[in-house]
Amino acid sequence: MLVLLILHLVAALAAPLFVSWWGPRACYPLALAPAAAFCWAAARTPAVADGGAVVETYPWIRQLGLDIAFRLTTLSWLMTLLIGGVGALVLVYSARYFSAGSIGLAQFAAVLVAFAGAMLVLVFADDLLLLYVGWELTTIFSYLLIGHSTERRSSRWAAAQALTVTTLGGLAMLVGFIMLGEHAGTYRWSEISAQPLPGGGYLVGAVLLILAGALSKSAVLPFSSWLPVAMAAPTPVSAYLHAAAMVKAGVYLVGLLAPVLATVGPWRPVVQVAGVATMLLGGWAALRQTDLKLLLAYGTVSQLGLLVAVTGSGTPDAALAGTAMLLAHALFKAALFLVVGIIDHGAGTRDLRELSGLRHWSRPLFVVAVLAAASMAGVPPLVGFVAKEAVFGAFTDQPVLLTGLVAGTVLTVAYSARFLWGAFADRPGVEPVPPGSIAASLLVPPAVLAGFGLLAGPAASVLDDLLRPYADLLGGVDAHLALWAGPTPALGLSVLALVGGGLLFAVRGPLAPVLARLRSPVGGNPGYEWVVGRFDRLAIEVTSATQRGSLPQYLGIILVTLVLVPGAAMLSASPWRARIPLWDSPLQPVVVVVITVAAVLAVGARRRLTAMLLVGMTGYGTAMLFVLHGAPDLALTQFLVETSTIAVFVLVLRRLPERFSARPLRRTRWVRRVIGVAAGVVAAGLALTAVGARRAPDISAAFPDLAVAHGYGRNVVNVTLVDIRAWDTMGELAVLVVAATGVASLIFERSRTGPRPRRPGSDQRAGGPGRPVWLRGGATLYEERRSIVLEVVIRLIFHTVVLFSLFLLFSGHNAPGGGFAGGLVAGLALVVRYLAGGRYELTEAAPIGAGAILGAGLAVAVGSGVVALLVGGSVLESAKVDRTLPLIGDAHLVTSLFFDIGVYLVVIGLVLDILRSLGAEVDRHIEATGTATGGLTVDKGERA
Amino acid sequence: MTASGAGPTLVLVLAVAVLVGCGVILLLERSLTRILLGVIMLGNGVNLLILLGGRSGGAPIVGTGPVERMSDPLPQAMVLTSIVITFGFTAFLLAVAYRSWYLSGDDEVPDDLEDRQIIRRAGRNEAGAVDFGGEGPNGDPEQVDPEPARRRLRRGDDA
Repeated sequence: MLVLLILHLVAALAAPLFVSWWGPRACYPLALAPAAAFCWAAARTPAVADGGAVVETYPWIRQLGLDIAFRLTTLSWLMTLLIGGVGALVLVYSARYFSAGSIGLAQFAAVLVAFAGAMLVLVFADDLLLLYVGWELTTIFSYLLIGHSTERRSSRWAAAQALTVTTLGGLAMLVGFIMLGEHAGTYRWSEISAQPLPGGGYLVGAVLLILAGALSKSAVLPFSSWLPVAMAAPTPVSAYLHAAAMVKAGVYLVGLLAPVLATVGPWRPVVQVAGVATMLLGGWAALRQTDLKLLLAYGTVSQLGLLVAVTGSGTPDAALAGTAMLLAHALFKAALFLVVGIIDHGAGTRDLRELSGLRHWSRPLFVVAVLAAASMAGVPPLVGFVAKEAVFGAFTDQPVLLTGLVAGTVLTVAYSARFLWGAFADRPGVEPVPPGSIAASLLVPPAVLAGFGLLAGPAASVLDDLLRPYADLLGGVDAHLALWAGPTPALGLSVLALVGGGLLFAVRGPLAPVLARLRSPVGGNPGYEWVVGRFDRLAIEVTSATQRGSLPQYLGIILVTLVLVPGAAMLSASPWRARIPLWDSPLQPVVVVVITVAAVLAVGARRRLTAMLLVGMTGYGTAMLFVLHGAPDLALTQFLVETSTIAVFVLVLRRLPERFSARPLRRTRWVRRVIGVAAGVVAAGLALTAVGARRAPDISAAFPDLAVAHGYGRNVVNVTLVDIRAWDTMGELAVLVVAATGVASLIFERSRTGPRPRRPGSDQRAGGPGRPVWLRGGATLYEERRSIVLEVVIRLIFHTVVLFSLFLLFSGHNAPGGGFAGGLVAGLALVVRYLAGGRYELTEAAPIGAGAILGAGLAVAVGSGVVALLVGGSVLESAKVDRTLPLIGDAHLVTSLFFDIGVYLVVIGLVLDILRSLGAEVDRHIEATGTATGGLTVDKGERA
Repeated sequence: MTASGAGPTLVLVLAVAVLVGCGVILLLERSLTRILLGVIMLGNGVNLLILLGGRSGGAPIVGTGPVERMSDPLPQAMVLTSIVITFGFTAFLLAVAYRSWYLSGDDEVPDDLEDRQIIRRAGRNEAGAVDFGGEGPNGDPEQVDPEPARRRLRRGDDA
C-alpha cells in the first residue's frame, strides 16, 4: 500500500514535467497511477471477500504513538476501486477535455494525482490520526482543484468556501477522534472498535463532533452549501471529487464507524434526519436548475443525503444496501458529469434552454447518458435499481423513514428525467447542434462507467458476495442484492417511485410557478455569507477597538499593564525587607546623583545632541555603578558600548534636525510622565522585592567551581558566556548579525557587497613627494576638515589599540576582557580611523566586507561547537590542550577560545557594518544631495 | 555572603527607578531619536535591576579573593549580553530613524495607515472583505456561478 502512495507522489511530482513535454496528453501516463491502485485492489479481492483484511504497518512518529497503519477491509476495498478506477478514467478524459494551451494544466494534473493519493491514505488508514491527515490533504487538494481558474472571483470564493466548511468540520472531527483515542489508549480503529466504549456525555460529544466532520465533507445539511458552489471547478474535477471520491469520504467515515457507534444515542437521529432532509431538499432544488451541471450538483447533494442516512443506520441490511448504493452512485454520477462536460464542449453551453438536437448529434453519447440517468432513477436492470430495492427493503420496518426515502426517490426520478429531457430533447425555436463526432477518449470513460452500471445489475449476486463481509460486521444479513427478489414490498415501492417521478416530470409545466416560488434552503450560500460577513464585521470591530495604530498608545497600554499587574501583586504580597542599607560605598550616592540629574535633564532636552550626551552620562554612570558592584567585565563593556553608541549617534545626528520638532501632544505630556513615574516606582519595588523573594539557593553558587573544573578559566563571567551558557551567546551572535544586516539594508540603496569606496588615484602617494603621509585617506578630505594632529595620533596608536583588543580577547578567560570587550575595542579603533580619515580611510583600515567578517565570526562560533560534537563531546563543550612549545615553554589552550574569537569577529563586523552604513554610505548620500541639512553640519565647511 | 552584599542599597534602587522612569517617558514620545534614547536609558535601568538580583562583592574572578565574597556572576553574564544587544538595537533604530528622515523629512512615528483605515471602516459599519460570492441571476441564491460554459468563455475571449 505504501508503494501505491509513493507511486502517486512520484506521479504528482513528475506531472508538471510530463505536461511540459506532452501537453494535455501527459494525463495518459499519469492515469497509470490510479489505475495501478485499481488493479492492486482488484487483485486483493479474494483476500477481502471472505471477510479478511490486508494489513500493513510502518513506524512513523513514535512519540505520538502514530504509525502508518493501513488496513484494507471490504468498505475500503470498494472505495479503493472507485478512487483508482474513476481516477484513471477521469485523467484519460482530461487528456482531451483540456486544450493544449490551457493555463494551469500542469498544476491541475499534479494536484489531481496527488488528490487520488490522499484519498488512498484516507481509506487505507486504520489509525484515526492518519485518516485525519488524509482527510485534510484531500481538503487542501480539493481547494486547489476547485480554485483552478484563479482569475475568476467566483472560483476563488467557491474554493475558499469549500475549504472553510470542510476544514471546520474536519477540526471538529479531529477533536472527536482524540476523545475516542485518548479514552481507548490507541488510535487504531481496529483496536478501538474491539474495546468497550466510554459512556455518557463523553461518547455523545465525541460522536457529534465526528459526525460534524463527516456531514460537512459529504455536504449534508446543514453543511451542504459548499457543494453546488464548488461546481466552479472544471468538469473532470466535479466528476471525480464531487461524485466519486471526496464527498464519499464522509459516507465512508459514517460507514466505517457505524458498526460500533450507530447505537450511541444521537447517531441514528442525526444521520437519518439530516440525510433524509438533505435528500428531499436537494432533489427539489435539482428540479429547479437550468444549468445541467448544477442540476447534477443538487442531485449529488440529494444522493449524499440518502447515502448518509442509509449507511449510518447501522443495521446489517442497510449496510449492504448502503455499500451497493455507494458503488451505484459513483458509477452513474461520475458518468453523468462527464457527459455534461462533453455537451459543454460540443454545444458550448450547459443551459438546458439553449440545447436542442443533441440526440442526433451523437448517438453513443445519448445511450451512455440514458444508461447512467436510468441507473440514477432506479430503472431495472441497472445497478441503481438493485441498490434502491435493497434500500427500500432495509427500511420496511421504519415507515416514517421509508416514506421520506420514497419521496426522495420520486424527486430523483423526476430530476433524472429532467436531465435527459434537458440535455437531449428537441426544442422549437432553438437552433439544433449540428451532428458531429466526439473524441474517443472523451466518450470512453463515461461509457465504461455506464457499462459497469449495466453489468452490475444482472450480476447482483456477485456484488452481494463481495459486499456482504462489511454487512456481516453488524450481524446476520437477511437481505440479498438481487435483480429479481420476487414480489416484495420494495418492488412495489420502486414502481411507485418510478411512476410518481414520471408524473412529477410530466406535470412540470403546471408545476413551474410552484417550483419558481418554493426555494429549498440547500443552496445555503446566503447563510454561509451571512456567517462569514458577521465574522468579518466582528474582526473589524475588534481590530479597530484594539489596534489604534498609535505606537505610544500601544506602549502605554503595555507599560500600564506592567505597572498594574506586578505592582498590585507586589502590594498584596508585600515581601518587603526589613532593613535596606543606604549605600555600600560613599561613591555610590555621588554617582546616582549624577545619573539622576542627567536623566531628568535628558527628558526635557530640546536639542538632539544635548539629549544624547546626557543619556551617555547616565550610561557612564551605570558603568561606574557596575565597578562598585564588583562587575569589572560589565563595566568595561558598558564603557566601550557607551563610547561606540555616542560615535554612532553623532554619525546619524549630523543629518537629523538639530532640535526635536515642537510637539503638538502637550495634552498627553502629563499622562506620559505619570506612566513613567509609575513604571520607575514599580521597577524600584521589583528591585527591593526580587532578592527577598528568593526561595531556592543561587544557581550560580556552583559557577566558580564549574568554571575552573570544566571551563578551564578563572573569569567566571567570561566562562559563563563561552561555556556554561554558551547557547545564549550563540543566540546573541545571531541577533547581532541580524541587526548589522538590518542596518546595512536600511541605509544602502544598492548592494553593500559592491565595490567599496576607493580613494581616487590610490596607487600614488596622495600627499605629494617628500611629505610624510600619516593616514592615506586623509588627503581625500577637505583641508578644513582635516586634523593633522588627529591623523598623527591615530597613526601612532591604531596598531597598539588593535593589539590591546587581541590581548583582551586572549586574556579574557582568566581576567576581565573577552570577545565582546576585545571586539568593541577593535571596533573603536576603526571608528577613530574613520573619524580622522573619512570613508576612504575606513577602506584602507579594513579592506574587507563587513558581511564577510560577520559570516566568518558566526561560522567560527558554530564551527567550534560542532567540532566539540565531532570529537565526542556535547555541543560547545570545552577542552583543554596543553603543549610544550619550543622557546615559549608550557602553553595551554582552551577550545572555547575559538568560540570567543567568533564573538570577537561578529562584534567587529557589527561595528564595521555600522560605520560603512551610517558613516560611509551616509557620507555618500550627503555628497550626492550636496547638502547636509541638520543640526550638526560638520561638513558645511568642506563645500568651500 | 557579607552584610554589604546582602541586597540592593537604597541609592541603587533609586538609580533603577530614575533610569526606568525617565526611559519610559522618552519611550512614549513620537520622535524616533527620543524613543531610542528612552530605550537606552530603560536598558541601563533594567540591566541595573537584573544585576541587583545577585549579590555584590569582589570581581568574579577565581583567585582574586575568597569565592564567598565574590559578586554573583550569572546576572553579570546576562547583563553583558544585554549591553551588547542594546548596542546592536541602538544602531538598528538609528538606521530606522535615518531612513525615516531620508524618506519623509522627519523621524516621527506616524499612526499606522491601515489601522486608521480599519477604524474608519468600523465607524461606517462596513465589512472588511467585499469579495463575496454573490447571488446568481434573478437573485436566486441557488443559482451559484458554476464553471463558465464554453460558449461564455469564447465570447469572453472575443470581447
